Amino acid sequence: MFLKKAALASTIALWASGAMACEIGARVNIIGNEFPAIQTVGAGAAECTGAEVTKNLTADHKDIHVAGMQGNPAEYTSAIVANSTLTILMNDDLVRPLDDLVAKYGQGLQPSQLITIDGKVMAVAFMANAQHLMYRKDILADLGVEPPKTYEEMLEIAQMIRDKGIMQNPVGGAYAAGWNLAQEFNNMFIGYGGTFFKEGSAEPNVNSEAGVNTLNMMKALSEYMNPDFLTHDSNATNAEYRAGNVALLNMWGSRAATQTTADGVTEEVKAGHAIAGPMTVGGGSIPASTLWWDGWTVAKNISDEEAEATFIAMMNGIRPELMQDAEVASQAVWLIEGYQPTDAAVGVFEAAQAGTKPYPMVPYMGLMHGALGNELADFLQGKESAEQALADVEAAYRAAAMEKGFLK
Amino acid sequence: MKHRTFFWFFLPTGLAMLLFIAFPIVSVVIQSVFAPHEAVLKTVENCTPLVGCTTETTIDQEATREIREAQPLGRFVGLDIYLDRGHLAITELAQAWESSDNWGDFWSGLFNLPLYRALAFTLTFTFIVTPLLIVFGLMIALAVNSLNRHLKGLMIFFSLLPMIVTPLIGSLILFWMVDSRGVIGSALVALAGDPNFSLKASTGLTWVMLIVYGVWHAAPFAFVVFYAGLQTLPKDQIEAAQIDGATRWQQIKYVVVPHLMPLVTFVALIQLMDNFRVFEPVVGFNAAAHATSLSWIIFNDLGGETRQLSAASATSVLTIIGVAILLSPVLVRTWRDFKGK
Repeated sequence: MFLKKAALASTIALWASGAMACEIGARVNIIGNEFPAIQTVGAGAAECTGAEVTKNLTADHKDIHVAGMQGNPAEYTSAIVANSTLTILMNDDLVRPLDDLVAKYGQGLQPSQLITIDGKVMAVAFMANAQHLMYRKDILADLGVEPPKTYEEMLEIAQMIRDKGIMQNPVGGAYAAGWNLAQEFNNMFIGYGGTFFKEGSAEPNVNSEAGVNTLNMMKALSEYMNPDFLTHDSNATNAEYRAGNVALLNMWGSRAATQTTADGVTEEVKAGHAIAGPMTVGGGSIPASTLWWDGWTVAKNISDEEAEATFIAMMNGIRPELMQDAEVASQAVWLIEGYQPTDAAVGVFEAAQAGTKPYPMVPYMGLMHGALGNELADFLQGKESAEQALADVEAAYRAAAMEKGFLK
Repeated sequence: MKHRTFFWFFLPTGLAMLLFIAFPIVSVVIQSVFAPHEAVLKTVENCTPLVGCTTETTIDQEATREIREAQPLGRFVGLDIYLDRGHLAITELAQAWESSDNWGDFWSGLFNLPLYRALAFTLTFTFIVTPLLIVFGLMIALAVNSLNRHLKGLMIFFSLLPMIVTPLIGSLILFWMVDSRGVIGSALVALAGDPNFSLKASTGLTWVMLIVYGVWHAAPFAFVVFYAGLQTLPKDQIEAAQIDGATRWQQIKYVVVPHLMPLVTFVALIQLMDNFRVFEPVVGFNAAAHATSLSWIIFNDLGGETRQLSAASATSVLTIIGVAILLSPVLVRTWRDFKGK
């Protein structure tokens, strides 16, 4: 498996280096997440010659990128970010406006790729992501039902699967206490039409009817999950799905292509795997999901030469020719010119068409996400009421926001 | 030793302690009484792919930079962080006290607050694990000591294994074994006769699992120390006890244990400190929903997308105070012994 990938990667590299030369004049150092699409971008940037290109692609990037870009000169010249992490870097003023570099070297970028904040380009997006439905079409066909369009339908189908004795716990969900659990709350809360903050302020607004409905729906879903659900992150949830223990789950679009290619996926799952757009909830029309983009930035605390080299190298990592390669094209929903959507992209495109809201980019959203992750587990264990859990979230958020100077 | 000699002898150690212990503590204390400046916010237009342009709030960097340059440490908040809900939660405590009719209500209000919840687990863990590991360590040491000398080396190696395994790896291995699809997990499901039985879903059982892990991991340390102590046990004392007709139990109780007592104090001191800082198993077992510890709170404050340095510093200072309180009885006794001499 590894050899195959390595061989493929080197073929791409050979083919690419023949196609285009990328010359840089100063060091480039990239920090970012580690999923396949980002590996591709990193490898593309590393093809540049003339100066050293190093990269640190790790799932723990969020813990180190602020520290790695705070120094002057910054350790990392580029951070690969998403909605939420760009806000974190901008809170500490660590990324450089890119307008001059886009004008000079940014030919071939699509206007939609430019993440513009207050009139300035702060990041260049290369892919979109959203959580959406993945399901087992064989099981649903046996039951004679359509894939669920709403969470209410998902509950009904889950009950049918359990009643027929096909699976004991047919629903999967990344409900691990912490970031994952909070993200599932965010999806459902937006689906119920909730808003996280009071209009135009940092005052929390989750202890509302939408919040209570959200928690009750999550609790109802958890009744159909593996009893260990509070310890299952998205990797563990995917493992359950791949092992054939789960028939319905809300999962990241970026995982769609690799869902059936990992080791140990049963034949049934390979044949039965299907994806669809995100579901709605509570009769609402906005999907219970959030829309994400992934893109790269250039650090602020570096010299102009390094910024230029970084921009050129990163542009090489997202050049349109890469889209010709079928393996690369299936890795993500690329925003790059020339990308032809694959089957794995259906879910994310449906999410975008259905009007899925983007993950909020306000500076205090990270604190809200953290408070949700810490305080909701008690409710899902049946230890306290939904109202109490949401009151706890608001209190925890308020304490953190006062410390950080967002609330007085 | 002359004072002058003592000074030069102690100087390198003293400098190292100042640099690596005293300065970091001072820095943490300073960070805990300062918080980031109040954010200057402004509304701007954001344009993102697939969505288009929306109005969002962001931080006004130019205004913020001016404030930061004027006061680089941040704004002085005194003990505010210590008293907020994430720490000592004075206001919330008073409310819980006023609104509760009985102790049960008050306790549930108290353990709804992160610091007290973490303290409850941390203290339970510390005070159950420490005595247990001393007892187990002593038992293993006595057992290994009475073995044939050819077997001893092998047994010492195996007894030390739990301590050699990295804590995070050790807890991860056990974590997968107790998973509802793991070896121990499936066995428990069969025993309980309930397909939905899950060890990881139960707070009580999670605590038991963490405590068992804590003892398993730390008992070898006590064993090594006690085993070394047993090698210094005078043969004649044991022989005298045997001639007096003492049973094996009496020999242990009246001869061996009193001989090892200073080592018991030493192990208790080190392990109280270590167990109060329990951290790896909470992360390894993914147990944050059921059990948190003071160290886990610090980790969580630093590991979020938005780092809360002041909150983490305040919890660190509280941990240092906690360790000092825990160790004070032993330290007072040592001081008295020193004065007595």
